[in-house]
Amino acid sequence: MSIQTGSAWVEGSGSRLAKYNLLNRINWGRFSVIAIPMLWLAVFFFVPFLVVFKISLSETAIAVPPYTALLDWNLEDAFINLKLNLGNYLFLFEDSFYIDAYLSSIKIAAISTVFTLLIAFPIAYMIARSKPTTRALLLSLVILPFWTSFLLRVYAWMGFLKKNGLINEFLLSTGIIDQPLIMLQTDFAVYIGIVYTYLPFMVLPLYSALEKMDITLLEAAEDLGSKPATSFFLITVPMAMPGIIAGCMLVFIPAVGEFVIPALLGGSDTLMIGRVLWDEFFLNRDWPMASAVAVVMLIVLVLPIMMIRNSQGKEEAV
Amino acid sequence: MTSTLTIEPQSEIVAAASVKTSKMPLWKQEGAEPFLRIENITKKFGEFTAVDNISLDIYKNELFCLLGGSGSGKSTLLRMLAGFESPTSGRIIIDGVDMAGIQPWKRPVNMMFQSYALFPHLSVEENVAFGLKREGLDRSEVKQRVAKMLDMVQLGHLGKRKPNQLSGGQRQRVALARSLVKRPKLLLLDEPLGALDKKLREETQFELINIQEELGVTFVVVTHDQEEAMTLASRIGVMNHGVIVQTAEPHDVYEYPNSRFVAEFIGSVNLFEGRVVEDLPDSVKIDSKDAGKILHVYHGISCAPNQKVHVALRPEKTHISKEKPEQQENCIKGVIEETAYMGSLSVYRVRLASGMEVRVTQPNTTRELGARLTWNDEVYLYWDIDSSVVLTS
Repeated sequence: MSIQTGSAWVEGSGSRLAKYNLLNRINWGRFSVIAIPMLWLAVFFFVPFLVVFKISLSETAIAVPPYTALLDWNLEDAFINLKLNLGNYLFLFEDSFYIDAYLSSIKIAAISTVFTLLIAFPIAYMIARSKPTTRALLLSLVILPFWTSFLLRVYAWMGFLKKNGLINEFLLSTGIIDQPLIMLQTDFAVYIGIVYTYLPFMVLPLYSALEKMDITLLEAAEDLGSKPATSFFLITVPMAMPGIIAGCMLVFIPAVGEFVIPALLGGSDTLMIGRVLWDEFFLNRDWPMASAVAVVMLIVLVLPIMMIRNSQGKEEAV
Repeated sequence: MTSTLTIEPQSEIVAAASVKTSKMPLWKQEGAEPFLRIENITKKFGEFTAVDNISLDIYKNELFCLLGGSGSGKSTLLRMLAGFESPTSGRIIIDGVDMAGIQPWKRPVNMMFQSYALFPHLSVEENVAFGLKREGLDRSEVKQRVAKMLDMVQLGHLGKRKPNQLSGGQRQRVALARSLVKRPKLLLLDEPLGALDKKLREETQFELINIQEELGVTFVVVTHDQEEAMTLASRIGVMNHGVIVQTAEPHDVYEYPNSRFVAEFIGSVNLFEGRVVEDLPDSVKIDSKDAGKILHVYHGISCAPNQKVHVALRPEKTHISKEKPEQQENCIKGVIEETAYMGSLSVYRVRLASGMEVRVTQPNTTRELGARLTWNDEVYLYWDIDSSVVLTS
């Protein structure tokens, strides 16, 4: 008897405990903190993406908006007609123009990212190793360009690079060259534009990783017989890796879809997906095709990033 | 030689005698070659002199402790030995080689850092192997030496872990293994036990001494912890303001401090100020206002009559009693102001008629409460004539 009541009591308290836990499990503070950015992402990223995705599955039409509806229904005849057009996607892979544009974008973005990294690393390293007082000044210098319009700065580069621009005039007047260099409207100008524009996005994460690094690690490496150059690759680079990855993503991703820089600085043969997108959208008025281009670009960018993040997460969990 | 071989008992005696001489520490043997010679080393940072003209000889197999407070220059001296700082003037000679201009990565010296400075992105094994790989040893030898070293510090089973998955004591042992695996001639340890809790610290102290004796490496340890220095060191160099104030064996540093600074820095001490009234052949009489009478101290110092000196008396060398002792010399009266029961011993603060406060510690030899001294007890403090030391500086 006594055992039974005992167990009943335990059961009762167990269920009470469970109820208590259920109410308690929703941590409202935590929930609201996460909910706000989630809501933001949903409204301004996920919903627009769905809209774009929807448009990419429709067909062009001479109408406002210039595409057909996916669904049409007639309640009297009681039918709902869902029409998905995969033609845009198929066309993307059939026409080598698009594939070339993707590959060229990725190539330009990748090369620019490497150069940005090579230029940003010494800058970030120097800032991280300077005195705390000068550090603030140097960091504000890195951010200073943001105070001027991005467009203005790209135009300024046009002034530098054009045929009778500053660089050519200087080189001609000093007699180093006798013919002006063709720099504007080449891939070279696009690289310069991207590296210049995105440099702060590389410097800042690198700086924050390098600044956290304990300098005694380098002394320890030296003490164990490692020359400074070896220590740099064996200690500094791995310690800066989170910053390197973050910086490369911050540069590579927007660079792939970059439109303004290739449009202003690049030549007619500079093929980038941002420009293709613009042309499809505004010149051809082919919204569904433009949307398909955008969706594929997103997939091309997001998949490898998610794979990297996944492997990193696993490494940290070990 | 032949006679010692033929007559057995005698040869034993000879052997015993030779053991005795070899056991005699090198720094006491005349003409012994120092392993590490520091010659008139000075290091200035701008206007600030961190290390001020230090000369020091350290011998093979020594465990030498540089003891001092923060800013005493002990860490700067250690960093100069490792090669991270170059001296403003002076020479450092390790095993007969002048270290001037020799880069840290080329020195036969390894250092164990205060923060341990383990590479967080490498596993325990990789951390320990780091130095060996830089020597270009082949893989199998690296592997074998790393495994052996990890076994020695009892971390053989944790080789695959990352430093952040280890406890403080384990990290300390990885750091030690990493600095020892290269078989350095000289191992520098910067506050090696600083980050450990008290119990672990005591265990590790003895482990460190065992390892040092086993490997026969010369250790130079920097510490601010006088207890650590006392247990670890073969000799202690007490540093203050960039200068080595006293270099001696732990026992001598404690019992025969050469200055007020050393006496006060190591352990606690009562200092009676006074003037020399009578300089006898092997003792001195000092009139002390603090004590309110003339104190008599054995000494080995040279002093002039009427010279101002301090008599240093350790709390545990002072007897305390309610009954008037038979001894007349070095006996003063006071009132207990405070007592503290510490388990193994009790601490008393006794106020003298002069207003001076004297600290006395006594072992608690009985468990009885009744016999214990308490507040406001009038007591006699007395000590042996050779228990105190005269300090002139």
